[in-house]
Amino acid sequence: MLSHLHIDHVSKVFPTPSGDYIALDGVNLQIDQGEFVSLIGHSGCGKSTVLNIVAGLHQATTGGVVLNGHEVDEPGPERAVVFQNHSLLPWLSAYENVELAVQRVFKHKKSRQEMREWIEHNLHLVHMDHAMHKRPDEISGGMKQRVGIARALAMQPTVLLMDEPFGALDALTRAHMQDSLMEIQNDLNNTVIMITHDVDEAVLLSDRIVMMTNGPAATIGEIVKVDLERPRNRVDLMTNDEYNRCRAAVVEFLYQKQRNPADD
Amino acid sequence: MPLTALKNTRPAAILHSLFVPFIAILFSLTIWDFSASQIKTSLGQIPGPVAVWGQFKGLVTEHNNEREKEAAFYQRQAERNAKKLERDPNAKIKIRQYTGKPTFFDQIFTSLGTVFVGFIIGSLIAIPLGIVSGLSNTMYRAINPIVQIFKPVSPLAWLPLVTMVVSAVYVSQDPMFSKSFVTSAITVTLCCLWPTLINTAVGVSSIDKDLLNVSQVLRLNWFTHVRKIVLPSSIPMIFTGLRLSLSIGWMVLIAAEMLAQNPGLGKFVWDEFQNGSSNSLGRIMVAVLVIGILGFILDRGMLMLQRAFSWDKSAVLR
Repeated sequence: MLSHLHIDHVSKVFPTPSGDYIALDGVNLQIDQGEFVSLIGHSGCGKSTVLNIVAGLHQATTGGVVLNGHEVDEPGPERAVVFQNHSLLPWLSAYENVELAVQRVFKHKKSRQEMREWIEHNLHLVHMDHAMHKRPDEISGGMKQRVGIARALAMQPTVLLMDEPFGALDALTRAHMQDSLMEIQNDLNNTVIMITHDVDEAVLLSDRIVMMTNGPAATIGEIVKVDLERPRNRVDLMTNDEYNRCRAAVVEFLYQKQRNPADD
Repeated sequence: MPLTALKNTRPAAILHSLFVPFIAILFSLTIWDFSASQIKTSLGQIPGPVAVWGQFKGLVTEHNNEREKEAAFYQRQAERNAKKLERDPNAKIKIRQYTGKPTFFDQIFTSLGTVFVGFIIGSLIAIPLGIVSGLSNTMYRAINPIVQIFKPVSPLAWLPLVTMVVSAVYVSQDPMFSKSFVTSAITVTLCCLWPTLINTAVGVSSIDKDLLNVSQVLRLNWFTHVRKIVLPSSIPMIFTGLRLSLSIGWMVLIAAEMLAQNPGLGKFVWDEFQNGSSNSLGRIMVAVLVIGILGFILDRGMLMLQRAFSWDKSAVLR
């Protein structure tokens, strides 16, 4: 059977003046509809490269990505990306940033009125109604990231790609954002691929955690399946055996099997 | 008065923003006065600040007299025509233009008009070309050598060519603009293309990679991409280019007018120089100061325009 999203033996080689650099080597992963998958690994292991290939921003050197039976060869709104540093257009308000995406995706499918409601609905989803018409330089980092998520959600993507979406936020804001994200994903049942550095975040949010080996020639090391009921509560999970088993597995992989090359 | 305004009127702030420039201007006027008194030319003493102020007032009087003469001329003409019509309602009446010589202030407006026409034509070419060459590496490589070669060419080198081309191409029975005007404006265009072109290209090519990714993910078409992403993010650089271009254009214009005999400030300076009366040096000095002040005002004007256009109101503009 064809899977929903198949990252099929993807390798990526970057030509450099001193010869080819093999970034990824045979990354192979099948993802189901509605699944939340985290990519975790040390810096420079090619997580972002995997995400960019799925987004279509980079092309795989060999292998490829198949989404619902179609090969991915260019970027598109059905694979919306939440970028690491929000990437909002600084000259547009939160509303206008989302509007740009909505107008592009629903050009002839929604009326002006429907578009307005849809934009407001998505901003409401990330609790940004109160600052809808503020520009990015007038709102906090967490709010910017929420607008970035609203923009991505508003495209009604088949797959939501998130590149360390909460990396630049303080711990409290991050926890709050994680809860919002779980809530939204629960409602919409999007397929999500998220890159993270944070072990707790990965275990809390994911159905599966894909752990990558160190580069060069990085690939998938191990996959941990997180078998926890949803909705999840971060406080209850602290004492949950399954939670701690997954957490331990990830920590062991990252700090014993794949030690950070920078530490050696 | 709002509280914030009060805060800025502290004595120290006043001292800094008004007193220091005032002292500096006073100091340079003194140096000017002293050194002017030391130099004798064939046209007499180099005029000091007081003499130049006198010449300025003279030019204002001249301007007013000329305006009165013009008004009187039109009044006489109107009366004459009215009488003619009274005698014979079917009489042909002639309306003649007043043909007095342009005053200093007329010349200022001619110069401003010429520089604007040249500058606007230049910008209309340079901004789109800059955007295209900033977006495409191939276009940049194609345009870059041409820009680098023509950028340093002096307006005085272009002028004879432009003059000849304009005389050959711009032929009409009833020309809308005089040839000297067209020649000067085109010379200004040729010299103020480059800063805008280069700065626009640099601005466009240095757009944040993340924003380009956003555009790609949204699959924005070329036009929307330029309008929503490229233009707003390169506005500051475009304006830097425009300001450089306008100040270069203004400098070039004076030289072009001298040689093309376009009735503007450049011609005024040249005529006074050829005239060689005892007033000439003072009048030229007035022209020099006026050219400087107008150049300053033009730059401020561009800055205000940038403020109006730029999304980032907090950016420091100098």
